[in-house]
Amino acid sequence: MSTITPLAAPILEMRAISKTFPGVKALSNVALRVYPGEVHALMGENGAGKSTLMKILSGAYQADPGGEIRIGGETVHIDGPLTARRLGVSIIYQELSLSPNLTVAENMLLGREHARLSFVDRRSMNALCAPVLQRLGVHFSPATRVAELTMAERQLVEIGRALVARSRILVMDEPTTSLSSRETERLFDIVRQLRAEGLAIVYISHRMAEIYELADRVSVLRDGTHVGSLDRAELSAEKLVRMMVGRDLSTFYKKEHDAHGSRGPVIFSVRDVGDGSRIGPCSLDLHEGEVLGLAGLVGAGRTELARLIYGADPRTTGTITLDGRPVKATHPGEAIEAGIVYLTEDRKQLGLFLDMTVRENVNLGVIGRDSRIGGLLDRRAARRRAAAAVKNLGIRVPTDQVSVGALSGGNQQKVLLARLLETRPRVLILDEPTRGVDIGARSEIYRLIDDVAKAGGGVIVISSELPEIVGICDRVLVMREGVIAGEVGGHGHPPISQETIGAIATGAVDRPGAAAAAGLTGDPALLH
Amino acid sequence: MTTSPSDTAIAGFASEEMRRRLAMRAFVQALGMLPVLILIAILFQFLSGYAQTGSFAGAWAEGRFMSWQNLSIVAQQAAINIVLAAGMTFVILTGGIDLSVGSILAASAMVAVIASKIPDWGMLGIPAALAMGLALGLVNGALIAFVRLPPFIVTLGSLTAVRGLARLLGDDKTVFNPQLPFAFIGNGTLLGVPWLVVIALAVVIACWFVLRRTVLGVHIYAVGGNADAARLSGIKVWAVLLFVYGASGLFSGLGGAMSAARLYAANGLQLGQSYELDAIAAVILGGTSFVGGIGSIWGTLVGALIIAVLSNGLILVGVSDIWQYIIKGFVIIGAVALDRYRLKGSART
Repeated sequence: MSTITPLAAPILEMRAISKTFPGVKALSNVALRVYPGEVHALMGENGAGKSTLMKILSGAYQADPGGEIRIGGETVHIDGPLTARRLGVSIIYQELSLSPNLTVAENMLLGREHARLSFVDRRSMNALCAPVLQRLGVHFSPATRVAELTMAERQLVEIGRALVARSRILVMDEPTTSLSSRETERLFDIVRQLRAEGLAIVYISHRMAEIYELADRVSVLRDGTHVGSLDRAELSAEKLVRMMVGRDLSTFYKKEHDAHGSRGPVIFSVRDVGDGSRIGPCSLDLHEGEVLGLAGLVGAGRTELARLIYGADPRTTGTITLDGRPVKATHPGEAIEAGIVYLTEDRKQLGLFLDMTVRENVNLGVIGRDSRIGGLLDRRAARRRAAAAVKNLGIRVPTDQVSVGALSGGNQQKVLLARLLETRPRVLILDEPTRGVDIGARSEIYRLIDDVAKAGGGVIVISSELPEIVGICDRVLVMREGVIAGEVGGHGHPPISQETIGAIATGAVDRPGAAAAAGLTGDPALLH
Repeated sequence: MTTSPSDTAIAGFASEEMRRRLAMRAFVQALGMLPVLILIAILFQFLSGYAQTGSFAGAWAEGRFMSWQNLSIVAQQAAINIVLAAGMTFVILTGGIDLSVGSILAASAMVAVIASKIPDWGMLGIPAALAMGLALGLVNGALIAFVRLPPFIVTLGSLTAVRGLARLLGDDKTVFNPQLPFAFIGNGTLLGVPWLVVIALAVVIACWFVLRRTVLGVHIYAVGGNADAARLSGIKVWAVLLFVYGASGLFSGLGGAMSAARLYAANGLQLGQSYELDAIAAVILGGTSFVGGIGSIWGTLVGALIIAVLSNGLILVGVSDIWQYIIKGFVIIGAVALDRYRLKGSART
């Protein structure tokens, strides 16, 4: 493993990089040095300037005069994406940039104008790409249409594209957000292999675990400045958090509510809910003041189950009761009316109205209730609610009249949470509540969850980040292949830990003694 | 003014600067195309004077465009399009389109004239036209909301079918009623203001009220901005769609009554031909985004006035019919280009 500073000359040196947008200094005097054969992690809160720095490297932005970029020892002037690519810089963005209607090979060679390929010689294109795909250890052929591939496979195509272009510097922007843990493992293997082959990899991520796993060095940005760099040997979570946030986060995960809340009365109960095919039947109980985790691999059916409960997708089986009363919830409106709200995992596509203001977004769920005469808006109530939400949730905005699309991920998530909380829900179902959220906003979201539980509400947290589940939940249900496969943390179950959850999620074990119990109870969760 | 989300997040700290920029942007957006309208009006005042006198010196004073008489004609010419475009604004705000407004107008006008011939109950022509328009609009809405067909296809179908219905209603002949009991709407005035203009302004104010002061209005913007999120946040999307297409049909019916009142007659074949294009053009000129979620009724009013001013002014200046078409077409394309530019400046990601 290549640790400490390698002796080779740096492949990439960025020096005194500043970037000013009208009225804003996005970067000021930032330096970055990356060596061949190293994975260099770039960390920082949203808005710290990571993306801006990488956009300068990729030619999407021009740095202010005075800075210098050297690639392979030579000073270069990157005036556009084509120049960057010619210099051997490839960037894989979070939102992949593949054309789903084209084949793998066509995508890998897209925009690399080969004059001799102007007659679209499919065979030679495929021949060019096949060995690269082989190197990545993939099973699909270069002639496959990208539309048929999973997200993880598409990511590999992006990497393949960089390799075909003989890139020397590969930037990966949060590559694991849409991957399951198995796919993530595989990606890591490939990253390690590319590192061994001498590529320089700049790896942007929010996830501490990934940084530990991969990074040889870490550079941290905060508010547009370079706070510092750490070698692998010096890494520690406390140090990184302090560098990113500028203060200590001694109690990152909040659990001040009664941790034994699971012994309170059951307020919310789901029985045999399913969609008749992929999901269920699933049953769960939520106690007063409890934070219940819903863990599982990506694709285990957690989001689908939540949507069935919420009425976003049609249920074919099952009943739901809240405080002893049956809830119909055939439409999200009915669920909200009953006191059940759902925070989507995809806030931009399914949650927020990006063109509407913070005030409108916060009030959207309650304007109907606030209206006193014939559907007229109560504008005073809206102003009051928005002001209170901005203050209570610490939403950082100059005024509540800015459109939500202009906010950072953390602030967007808080706006969405504010909208849900305004309806005074009894049960919150939160799907990946901290995805794409910076570390400061993250701890505030944990505090909010804790507050809801303290006030006697019930919270169901769906998360792919095990440390988060372990840190904030009182009890965890683990889903696998559409059913609830086991429970940890409850009475008579194993304690909550990443290992116990992971074992059930991957199917290594079901719940202890399950094999015997399965024969007796015929629990459908265990029958496959 | 293109800024990425992360950049603006940083700007949040420089909040005074940000506040000022926001206020500036809001002001520019609120103004929209009004400066263009004023510019065109000034231009035509000059050009019409120049066409009259042949010299620049007295062109302004001699211009005929900005006389009360001519402006009143412009407003009357714009009135029916304003009413149709108001309904179209609702529809386009939800990300839809209604191609059938011209045909619905024709069918409603037929119904209005036919009903006006009922002895002693001639005034029934107006509610009959409104009911006809509303019913046809609701059919459009039901097909879009419940059968989930694309709005373009549904209203393209009803553009054709309802045109046929309009011809059927009068046996494919023009229907007349020289004693039309509600003719004052098309030709009379209220305190000196033409009734057509009064109705158009009333419609605009009613639409503004619905869009900006009611829960329904917020839901219309929400559905247009993000239909999936709207459904997940408990909004009855089907009800919103039914409302906007119903409203568009209702206003088309009103337009039918207005145009019947003006002409004392209706013709199923010719009336309202390609009115949908003028209505769409007015909405787009007014800055309403074609993908939905952004726009205002004031913009639509300005857009409809720009179209009317162009038509009237080009005639005053003596531009031929053919060139009028070409110039109007370019103005519309230019406006959509402007729309794109504006969207780029906002934070649609």
